[in-house]
Amino acid sequence: MEQLLQHCLNALILGGTYALLGIGLTMIFGIMNVVNFTHGELYTFGAYMIFFFVMSIGANFFVALPAAILLGVVLGGVIEFSLLRPLRGADIDTTMLIMIGAWIAMQNTEQLIWTGITKSVNHPFPVDPIVLGPVSVSWIRVFVFVAAALLILGSHLLIDKTKLGKAMRATFQNRETAALMGVNINAIHTATFAMGSGLAAAAGALLGPVFVVAPTMGDLASLKAFAIVILGGLGNVMGATIGGFILALVEELGAGYISSGYRDAMGFLLIILVLIVKPTGLFARRERVG
Amino acid sequence: MKRTLTWVWLFFLATMPVWMTNQYYLHVLISAGIFTIAAMSLNLLLGYTGQLSLGHVAFFGIGGYTSALVSLGFDLHVSDTTTLVFPPQPVWLAFLVGIVVAGAFGWFIGKISFKVRGAYFVIVTISFAQVVRLVALNWVDLTEGPMALNNIPPLTLAFPGLGELAFFKKLPNYYLVLAVGVVSYIIIRRLVHSRAGRAFIALRENETLAESVGVNVTRFLVLAAVVSAAMAGAAGCLYTHYIRIIDPDVFLFIYTVTMVIMVVTGGKGTLAGPVVGGIVFGILPEILRELAGPEVQWIIYGVIMILILFFLPQGIVPALQSWWKGRAGHEAVLPGTRAGGGNGP
Repeated sequence: MEQLLQHCLNALILGGTYALLGIGLTMIFGIMNVVNFTHGELYTFGAYMIFFFVMSIGANFFVALPAAILLGVVLGGVIEFSLLRPLRGADIDTTMLIMIGAWIAMQNTEQLIWTGITKSVNHPFPVDPIVLGPVSVSWIRVFVFVAAALLILGSHLLIDKTKLGKAMRATFQNRETAALMGVNINAIHTATFAMGSGLAAAAGALLGPVFVVAPTMGDLASLKAFAIVILGGLGNVMGATIGGFILALVEELGAGYISSGYRDAMGFLLIILVLIVKPTGLFARRERVG
Repeated sequence: MKRTLTWVWLFFLATMPVWMTNQYYLHVLISAGIFTIAAMSLNLLLGYTGQLSLGHVAFFGIGGYTSALVSLGFDLHVSDTTTLVFPPQPVWLAFLVGIVVAGAFGWFIGKISFKVRGAYFVIVTISFAQVVRLVALNWVDLTEGPMALNNIPPLTLAFPGLGELAFFKKLPNYYLVLAVGVVSYIIIRRLVHSRAGRAFIALRENETLAESVGVNVTRFLVLAAVVSAAMAGAAGCLYTHYIRIIDPDVFLFIYTVTMVIMVVTGGKGTLAGPVVGGIVFGILPEILRELAGPEVQWIIYGVIMILILFFLPQGIVPALQSWWKGRAGHEAVLPGTRAGGGNGP
């Protein structure tokens, strides 16, 4: 029972960052119809940026974090502008392959700059965990969860309450009509990709100090983000948020009770199951299988 | 014209070892050949039915692992008390079992994943490959996990009256790969020129329309998946018995990407495309290796992939074809209108 509680707590904390990854990817897919293979690289980029600021320059952790996220937003904007904008209207396979090419180039650039040796990032939180009765959790993880929760809340507010969010939702529903109503589709696409990338970079920057930073860390992150997006239904932001927590829970329980070697397989088995049983995702409001 | 070209090609490939005596170059050619066969199999799905399978390496690995296990012999623990013992079998039989098992997985995966299309299909296939990789990594009793299966025997053929020939050396392996490659090419050629092939293309161009005129969508897609998976499995068998070691890294996503790059660069949906792409991207890394470190090499790989999709979205072979047609017929074809320009299929 105590073990179960601990697993649930771990899942809750991990789920926050998973949700960040999933929201970013599902927005990019839903609005732009692009299967973004660079998503994991933005995650890695965020982690390396916090490593760079904190460990190489010696900047304050709380300054480095927003800086890393902001640079992720900028990088996402650049990728959209240079690789996706010229191919607007290309079929989904072409853009997907372009993103695979960009992913390979980015990952190896990271490897070239920072080598393949894993790096760790110092953080200003006490090492002693918080003990709450039978369960315990470290301070950094609590911080990660709070920061992720704030970012998730912020994304939801941005999408639901602001004018930009309204334009994004309109573009998602019908691109042509939105354009006719005066929505600048190009700007929306760049903003969406930049925001999604920023969220991925935030997830990386938050998890960098918890785990270690390595050039290939983005591969699994990408695949997990795909799993989350499938769980929630492509383009469904609320679904991705819940999907992130579900994936984390399934992974934790799978690793705890079945076998830790199959931890990363849980997400994929879950995807396969969901797609067999309910291909539109668990929370789909309407048919979205294209 | 086309027929002559094919024969010239074949002659060129068959006599290659005569003038290329360097063993290392021969090794590069064998590896390129194995991946070309895998790329040809992927082209059947990606190019002809239009389904982007990004888990193709799973079939390659399943073929390789099955063939390795059958040729080495293995124990299967069914329960705590019963263990099925499979003694080592001759390699040619292992080869066949590998192909059949890969094909069977193709059938199974086809059955479940063709319920969905587009991005969903891509993600199911990726997930499948990842699950298979993790099983190979964790089922240590069977696969030795990260310790890898070692000392896999090479193919041995017995010729009555002549004794046995074991494929230890590069030269016989080269001809083996070439032979399997030619057979695969012929199978794909016959398939795409048959009624099934026309159904594949109809599905790719307009699935709803194809279905409305009576094409059984799932049946033809599953057929393509089975043939494609079996062929990828054959490539995996060749790989295993040539390298003679196999570990879970064979399932890495990067190998699928390599196959996809080969197909897209050469020209998806053309017979010669994967061969051209396979040779270019089989040999290019070896040339780049002389000039740059592995990271720079991969960066160049990625950039080339992006450039090709930007400027030659149809691939090399269709671009050459339309260039040739434009030259031969002196038609009023504007450069780029048929080869380079457009983005659509």
